[in-house]
Amino acid sequence: MRASGKSGRRSWGARAVVRIPYVWLAIFFLVPFLIVLKISLSQTVIAQPPYVPVLDLAAGWAGLKDFAARLSFDGYELLVFDPLYLFSYLKSLEVAAISTAILLAIGYPIAYGIARCPPRLQPVLVMLVILPFWTSFLIRVYAWINILQRDGLLNDLLIGLHIVDAPVAWLSSDTAIYIGVIYSYLPFMVLPLYATLEKMDETLLEAAADLGCPRWKAFWLVTVSLSLPGVAAGALLCFIPVVGEFVIPDLLGGSETMMIGQTLWMEFFSNRDWPVASAIAVALLCLLLVPMLFYERLQQRALEGEH
Amino acid sequence: MVEGGGATQGQAEARRTLVRFEAVAKHFGQVIAVEALTLDIEQGEFFALLGPSGCGKTTLLRMLAGFETPSEGRILLDGEDILAMPAHRRPVNMMFQSYALFPHLTVEGNIAFGLRQEKAGKAERAERVAEMLALVRLQGYGKRRIDQLSGGQRQRVALARALIKRPRVLLLDEPMAALDKKLRAETQFELMELQRKLGTTFVIVTHDQEEAMIVADRIAVMDHGRLVQVAPPAEIYERPNLRWVADFIGEVTMIEGRLGPSGGVLDTGLGRLRVATDSSAKPGQTVWLALRPEKLRLSAGRPTAGDLNTVAGTVFEIGYRGELSIYKVRLADRSLMKVALANTGARGQASFDVDDLVWLSWPPESGVVLTG
Repeated sequence: MRASGKSGRRSWGARAVVRIPYVWLAIFFLVPFLIVLKISLSQTVIAQPPYVPVLDLAAGWAGLKDFAARLSFDGYELLVFDPLYLFSYLKSLEVAAISTAILLAIGYPIAYGIARCPPRLQPVLVMLVILPFWTSFLIRVYAWINILQRDGLLNDLLIGLHIVDAPVAWLSSDTAIYIGVIYSYLPFMVLPLYATLEKMDETLLEAAADLGCPRWKAFWLVTVSLSLPGVAAGALLCFIPVVGEFVIPDLLGGSETMMIGQTLWMEFFSNRDWPVASAIAVALLCLLLVPMLFYERLQQRALEGEH
Repeated sequence: MVEGGGATQGQAEARRTLVRFEAVAKHFGQVIAVEALTLDIEQGEFFALLGPSGCGKTTLLRMLAGFETPSEGRILLDGEDILAMPAHRRPVNMMFQSYALFPHLTVEGNIAFGLRQEKAGKAERAERVAEMLALVRLQGYGKRRIDQLSGGQRQRVALARALIKRPRVLLLDEPMAALDKKLRAETQFELMELQRKLGTTFVIVTHDQEEAMIVADRIAVMDHGRLVQVAPPAEIYERPNLRWVADFIGEVTMIEGRLGPSGGVLDTGLGRLRVATDSSAKPGQTVWLALRPEKLRLSAGRPTAGDLNTVAGTVFEIGYRGELSIYKVRLADRSLMKVALANTGARGQASFDVDDLVWLSWPPESGVVLTG
């Protein structure tokens, strides 16, 4: 009896542990999301709060029906018909896609290099990759303003080396955005790649060579093929947040192009149009859900593969 | 199935050297992995490199495969120096100890890997993969992923993958180390059968002396980067050239003594023993008599027949092994001698008990006189 009681308690505890993430997600993701979703279906007014309808549960069932009847899709309509928003989304996707490609091109050799270093050196190198996190992200992006500005370090260097004659306007351009994004997100690309490359079995390359595969081809057929889950993880870890990136384009980018994060900020704080800002957020989430689900499936398959 | 271990050594046709290690040495920094050694491996034989871990046997194999470059010497295949040839061009294939199967490919994908590198046509590839799957008895497993296979099945995939390119030499690096004892014994016979069927030269690296004796036509015993003895299994067992070899291969009791002036007799702590010596031992020299446990006879009374050596002792310990029992007998000089008796009786009852007085006897030619 005692044993069964104990195991019953343990299984209750086990179930509670499993539920903690769900509770967490419900409180900190689902509820806020529902609020945002609700606001996105409202209409903007000059009032406190700046939208109608306001859910009034005191009015009972009739109040709820009245509330539902007054919801509108005006915010979403605007997203579709005003090209400003479409351009913002496309710009964000473009920046995210190009940055991810460049991050992969830079991150893969770095991760591969670290993974092939003597084992006692590897933790040091990984530490160096993580080291920038010790400084606030915001401060590091501000530092780039200093580096990229007209009389900044980069121009000093280029002029000093006689590569250019006059200072280049780096700041407030797409180039500056790319520099900032690639600098900030490189660790997120390197770490998952290193994790997959580090556990790769060297004898697989010997086996490939033994079976008639030259070194360069074995790298492609074995190393790269086997590191694809790491590539996917790194790419999505960079792509998804870069799409919604606000700080970097706002501080380093120009005013002529806006990424979706900036548009959202503008609608919310400058135009005080909460419903449209919320609609942008909901649409962005739906857009990012596609790569997230794709990543989820990849991980699932990788997990199955381990058994 | 194959009758009797190492039976294939009789079928040596025209002996032809396929692989020749010529004064090959390998140093890793200050460490000498292989000391300049010369070794010939013949076409079509099952050759074993046997020795304790760190004796250089794997390094020798890896030099042949092209994964290591000798510090000195040449490696010839069919009389041609292959040292300039990179690993991926050498007509030898290796089965790795860890199997090194590609986890992202199916069984078929793994087996076909070598053919893909040769740009073999799709039809030929499919045909040869099917042939290999049949050879290692894995029909129907082609589409499986590697992680869905048992250890024994993985081992067979590794074998098929290494054989599909029809290598001149198949290299096997501890191929059965990861298998359990029963499966290992089965696999040993399967490997021998496969080797005879294909006629390919097999070179196996193993630290398991029993395994080497069962599968190989010839064994090279290695220690500290040197070849100690190269001979067929029976010769290595029956006529070891050094105490170290006798001790490494199987069980042995060693008796130290001095050869009598006329030869043929040995003065030991157990008295004068008759021995059969070859010419290398000189009269008056200190030598060792190596006696295998199964060559000795145990009896309650002193045997009187002819020129048998006889020694008295008491049974100290009995180890029952199933098919045979090992008796440890304490002799007059307090030393222990091992005797193996086959349990041929109906119930496997021991013929002797602990503390029984017994006589050990053996004919002179049963022992081997070792000078070093």
